[in-house]
Amino acid sequence: MAKTLAQEFVKGLWEEVPPFRLVLGLCPTLAVTKTVENGLGMGVATTFVLVCANMLVSMLRKVIPGKVRIACFIIIIAAFVTLVELLMQAYTYPLFLKLGIFIPLIVVNCIVLGRAEAFASKNNVIRSVADGLGIGIGFTLALGSLGAVREIFGAGTITFWETPIQLMPASYQPFAFMVQAPGAFVCLGLMLAVMNLIGSK
Amino acid sequence: MGDYIILAISCILINNILLAQYLGNCPFLGTSKKMETAVGMAMAVVFVLVMAGVLTWAVNTFILLKFNLVYLRTISFILVIASLVQFVEMFLKKSIPALYAGLGIFLPLITTNCAVMGVCLINVSEEYTFLQATVASFAYAVGFGLALVLFAGVRERILLARVPRPLQDTSIALVTAGILSLTFYAFKGMV
Repeated sequence: MAKTLAQEFVKGLWEEVPPFRLVLGLCPTLAVTKTVENGLGMGVATTFVLVCANMLVSMLRKVIPGKVRIACFIIIIAAFVTLVELLMQAYTYPLFLKLGIFIPLIVVNCIVLGRAEAFASKNNVIRSVADGLGIGIGFTLALGSLGAVREIFGAGTITFWETPIQLMPASYQPFAFMVQAPGAFVCLGLMLAVMNLIGSK
Repeated sequence: MGDYIILAISCILINNILLAQYLGNCPFLGTSKKMETAVGMAMAVVFVLVMAGVLTWAVNTFILLKFNLVYLRTISFILVIASLVQFVEMFLKKSIPALYAGLGIFLPLITTNCAVMGVCLINVSEEYTFLQATVASFAYAVGFGLALVLFAGVRERILLARVPRPLQDTSIALVTAGILSLTFYAFKGMV
C-alpha cells in the first residue's frame, strides 16, 4: 500500500503526531514548554535535525551495513545536532541559553532515531524528507500548543520574540502550578485525553 | 564529606532526574507497567550511568578541554555512551550471564535514554570535580531507580481502577506522574 508524498507528510500532523500519538520524545516536550517561544524554538531545531538526518540516512541506506546501522544513525544525527547547536549559539543566543542542555539532548530524542530506523532506512530520499518534515512540523505544533496552554494559564501571557502579550485580564492570578514540573506532566496527560476524546468520535 | 552527602541528597530527591529535570521520561513511561521491568531498568541505569558519568568526565577533561575540542562534545559523549553500553553487554554476556539475563533487553535501550546523556552533560556544565561527578552520577541513577520503582507500584494499582476511557493508559500515567512529581517537589525546602 504505497502512500502518496502528501500522505507521508500529512500523517505526521495528526495520525502520528509524535508526543501525543507515538508517546516518543517526551523529555523535551515536558521540559521546554514553559513558554510558547521555547516550545516552537525547540520544535524548529528538532525539525531541522529530523529532515537532514532522514535525508542522509536515506541516501546512505544501501551503504550502511545492517549490523552497525544504529551506531551510524547516531553519528549522523549527532553531527546535525552539533550543527544546530553552533548555529543557535551564533544567531539566537537568548533562546540557546533558555533551552540549555536540551539542544545537545536532541541526539537521544527517540523521535529522530525512531524515524531514521523505521522510515528513512527503508524509503527513498524524497519520501524520507517528506516524512521528516511532516513529523517535525507535527512535533513543533504539539510543543507550541502545549507551551501555549501552560503559558496562558501559568503566566497569563503569550511571548513572541521576547515581548509578552497580556491575554488574561490584569486581575488574573497566575496558576503557577502549570509552569512547574508537576504541571507539565498533568497538562500533557490531560491534552492526551482530549486528543483521545476527539479521535474516538 | 558533608558536602558530598548534601550533593547526593539533592541529586536523589530535590533535583530528581525524572520528576524535576524531565530527563529519561520515555523509559519511565515505557517500562513502568510492571514492577519486574521497572526494577530491571532501574538496575541497568544505575550500572551504566555511573560508568558513563566517570568516562565522559575523563573524556571531557583530558581530551576535549586539553585539545580545545569542546564543540565535539555532543558527538564524543554519545559515542562513549553507545560503545560503553555495547561493551558492558558483551562483558556481562560472557562473564556474568545471570546478571545479563536479568538486565536483558534494557541494556541496549539505555543508549537512547536521555537521562544518561543528560547527567553527563550536567556534570560537565556544573564543572564538578572527579569525585563530585562520580557521586552525582550515582545519586542521579539512584533517584531514577527510586522514582521508577515507586511509579511502577502506583501504576500496577491503576490497572485495577476504573479509569474514564479517554484518560486510559498513557494519559492517566502522565497525570499520576504529575502527582508523584508534586510529592518530590516538597523536598525543595530541605537544603
